[in-house]
Formats: sequence, structure tokens, C-alpha cells
Amino acid sequence: MHDRIKFLQGNEACVEGALTAGASFYAGYPITPSSEIAELASIRLPAVGGVFIQMEDEIASMAALVGASMAGAKAFTATSGPGFSLMQENIGLAIMTEAPCVIINVQRSGPSTGLATKPAQADVMQARWGTHGDHAIIVLSPASVQECYELMIQAFNFAEEFRTPVIFLSDEIVGHMREKVILRDDIPIVNRKFPKVDPPEYRPYQPGEDGVPPLAYFGSDYIFHASSSMHDETGYPNNVPDNAEKVIKRLYKKIYDHRDEIIITKEYETEDAEIILVSFGASARSAREAVYILRESGYKAGLLQLNTLWPFPDEKVRQLADRAKFMVVPEMNLGQIISEVKRVVEARIPVYGVNKVNGEIITPYEILGKIKEVF
Amino acid sequence: MMEERVEIRLSGSGGQGLILAGIILAEAAILDGKNAVQSQSYGPEARGGASRAEVVISNDEIDYPKVTKPQVILALTNEALNKFKDNLAPDGIIIIDSSVKKADTPYKIVQLPIIETARDRIGRSMVANIVAVGVITALTKVVSREAVERAILKRVPKGTEELNKKALYAGYELVNQLT
Repeated sequence: MHDRIKFLQGNEACVEGALTAGASFYAGYPITPSSEIAELASIRLPAVGGVFIQMEDEIASMAALVGASMAGAKAFTATSGPGFSLMQENIGLAIMTEAPCVIINVQRSGPSTGLATKPAQADVMQARWGTHGDHAIIVLSPASVQECYELMIQAFNFAEEFRTPVIFLSDEIVGHMREKVILRDDIPIVNRKFPKVDPPEYRPYQPGEDGVPPLAYFGSDYIFHASSSMHDETGYPNNVPDNAEKVIKRLYKKIYDHRDEIIITKEYETEDAEIILVSFGASARSAREAVYILRESGYKAGLLQLNTLWPFPDEKVRQLADRAKFMVVPEMNLGQIISEVKRVVEARIPVYGVNKVNGEIITPYEILGKIKEVF
Repeated sequence: MMEERVEIRLSGSGGQGLILAGIILAEAAILDGKNAVQSQSYGPEARGGASRAEVVISNDEIDYPKVTKPQVILALTNEALNKFKDNLAPDGIIIIDSSVKKADTPYKIVQLPIIETARDRIGRSMVANIVAVGVITALTKVVSREAVERAILKRVPKGTEELNKKALYAGYELVNQLT
């Protein structure tokens, strides 16, 4: 096999993607089904001069990410449901301080400890709204080992470009499956903007035209304060209502004004499709198979696969809904993405869910069964 | 028997090395220039408990990554055989260890002393998974012998290469003796 063609697990490909993106710091607490990420990072990061720390828990892991990020590192961690819950508070800190970092959640079945070794896709809403307060967040979701690699690079690029935490929402099936992967080295790498002004003039939260402030690093000549409290452009606390409104709106707009760039979707057989499946992660694989089976039987079916879950791809879903008779949303939860699809479609066409929460993958035949029931 | 899509399910208990066996078969398929997906299912136990590895091999891109109607099942425990014996592709075969009690099934069963061969002939029961890889390769030709040998050498711990090659060849021999 060529040097850059490998046979890897999704979790392993995440580490390869992170390294290609320039990651140099990992702090985490191992948890099934994400542990291979910590294991491989612990071997690979020190070998390239990076840092791996096994922390005491996920609260501290997320805090370490914010610190490492502020010190200039591209930082990431990996966890699953229980750990992701613990990380929420400090994900908020990363949003408020605008600390670029990547958090991988290899989803397993919950709530709580749940089925520790079994897959689910039930953290879609937690990824969006798990930390409190009005905020925007970028959430990416892979459906193959190749996508684990490529989207991981994208996750770091978005984190750096928009000074934001990015959630990488994988699942046990994609994380543990092994497939052929090409470790492409032609994907552009984005690095955060460094301030151009002299250190005394630096205002750490003064945005550029894109709404994103340049970021110096702790330990440099640029001395600055990063606060979890509402702050102004100087970084120091400021509770004036006008300021609070401005900051919260900027944090939101710096993501939502760049939706065209952030939203990544893939389409299969959608050109003339009357039946549109909308899916993501492992379920998208089943949906793709279902589409091809339907096509063989003469049904005009197509798949919209979401790589970006948040911001939600409103425009793409709306376009496809304009031409479709109905939509079907397979997901391994009791209905999370479907509520977004319904919001966008506004009852113009029916939207049906295919839902499964027993810790097993949705099969193509279960999707076909639903379609036959409603067609 | 290389059809467009071949599905293999390796089942037994945790610690029998079935996941590694699945990885080796899938990697061999990739070395043969095909596509392959390997996946697994196991409980929270480190050892014991039901464990299975699944491999899908295809000349085309693989959409659905899991096994539904396998052409080949390996069952190393009674529990595994009973769980999976009734759900194969029409021409499917079930390979069972000689320690496993035969059960009623419409599919062809091939019973071979896989664990015994590893333990008594090779001297290490640990390599039963590689004996099984040899059996599957020889019986189904789903991957080439050259590729499977390369895949084994890539994946087994350093210093155990000769031991594992012996186990692979012992698997081939078990199949030769069938005819």
C-alpha cells in the first residue's frame, strides 16, 4: 500500500487528521468508545514534540484545552456522553474567551452510563445547547473513516478561523469501524490570526472585519486578560447592557455570517429525487444503501448527508424540499435532527422519522420499511 | 466465491482474538485491491462475554458497513452458533470449532478442530484466531493467501511472526484434510 493509504479505525483517523491540522496538545480522560483516540494521541503527540496529558476528569480536560489554546497550541480532546456532559461548563468558557479547540464526542447510548459500548446519535441537541447561555457553535459529523480524517482537519480550520470551540460528533460505529483511508496532504491548513498592532495597543476582543479578533498567546509580549465574565474589547469585565448585547450578537454572528463556508453537505442521487432522506453519521451509511436499493426498484430517492449539523443547513434542506414529495430522517435517537428539518420545511411536505434507540445501527431495510409504509 | 459483496461474521467470546482476525481479513482484502469495512460488537467486559467482529468486502464502495446476511460465519462458542446459525446468505457456510455442539440449521456446517490445533500443534491456544483466518481463507478464497500473510505480519506483535505463520498454515492444512 502507498504510504498515505492506510487501513484505520475512525478514531485513529481522527488523530491523524488532528496531527495533519497541526494539533500539538491533547488533554483527556479515556472513555469507551473514544479511548483509541487518547491511546494513539499519547503515542503520536510526544513523538512530534507535542503534549499529551491524561487528566483527572473531563472538567479539567476541557479547562486544560482552554489554557493550551490561549498559550498558542492547537488543542483537542475526545470523550463520550458522560464525559461530554462534564465538559459543558468549560465549553462555555471556550466560547466566551474565544479559545479555538476541538472536542470529539464519540457518541454512545445514554442517558448517564447507558450502554457503554453501544452506539447512539442522541447528543445532537446537547452539542448545540449543552452549555448554557445564547451562543453559536460549530458541530461536524463524520460517516466514514475518510471523513473522520478530512473533517477533523476542517474542524481545526474552523476553530482557528473563527476562534471557537468546534464539536466533532462521531459515533461508536464510525469511531470503531476500520476502512481504507487516504491521508491526504493537500488540504489547506488554517492558523489563527495573530495581532498586527504593537503589544500596548492590543485589544484581545476587538474583532476584525470578519467578526473574529486576532489572538495573541499567553507568554508572548502581548499581555491580556481572558474572562468568563461578560467583557469588552479590552478583555476586562464590563456589565453595561449595550456591551453585553453587542458581544453576544458578535459571538453568534461570527459563526452564522459564515454559514456558507461552514456548512458541508453531501448529496447522493438527489438531482431528480422525490423521496429525500436526510441523515448523518453511521445512519447516513444505511440511508445511502437504502437510496441505491430504492433506485434499483425504480423509486426516485436521494440522500442529503449532513457533515455540518450546526449551524443547521437550512438552505440546502429547503431547496431539496421544494422538489420532494416527502422527506425521511433516519437517526439513532427519538427525533433530534428531524425537528430541524420540520422547522425548515414548514409542513409543506410530510417529514417522517426512522428512529432506533436500542444500541444497534438502523438497517437499510428498516428505512425501506418506513418508506413503503408511507409511500 | 467472490461475489460483489461478501459478508463475514466472526463470533465467539471476548479474548479469542476475533476482532484481530477480522482486521486481518479486511486488511488483506484491501491489499488485494478491494474495499473492506471491519466493525465489531462487544460488551463492557475485558474478557469473556459475547464478542463478534464483522467484515464486509466488496469491489464497489461499501455503503452499509454492517453484516446482515453473511456468506461465512465462524462460531467458536455454542452461544455464538445458536445466536447466528439461522441468518445467512442462501449459499452461506458456518465454520465451527470441534468444541462447539452442532445445531440444527439449513446451512452447511464445517466443523474443524481450530482451538485444539492452536493449543496442541502450535502450542499456543492464543493463535486459534489465526488458525481460523487460515481456515476461512482456504475454504472461501475471499482473500488471497499472499495478502492474508502480509496482513498478519503487519498486525501481530513483533517476535510472534513465525508462530502466527505456522498457525495460518495449520489452518490451510485443516481445510486440505477435508477433501
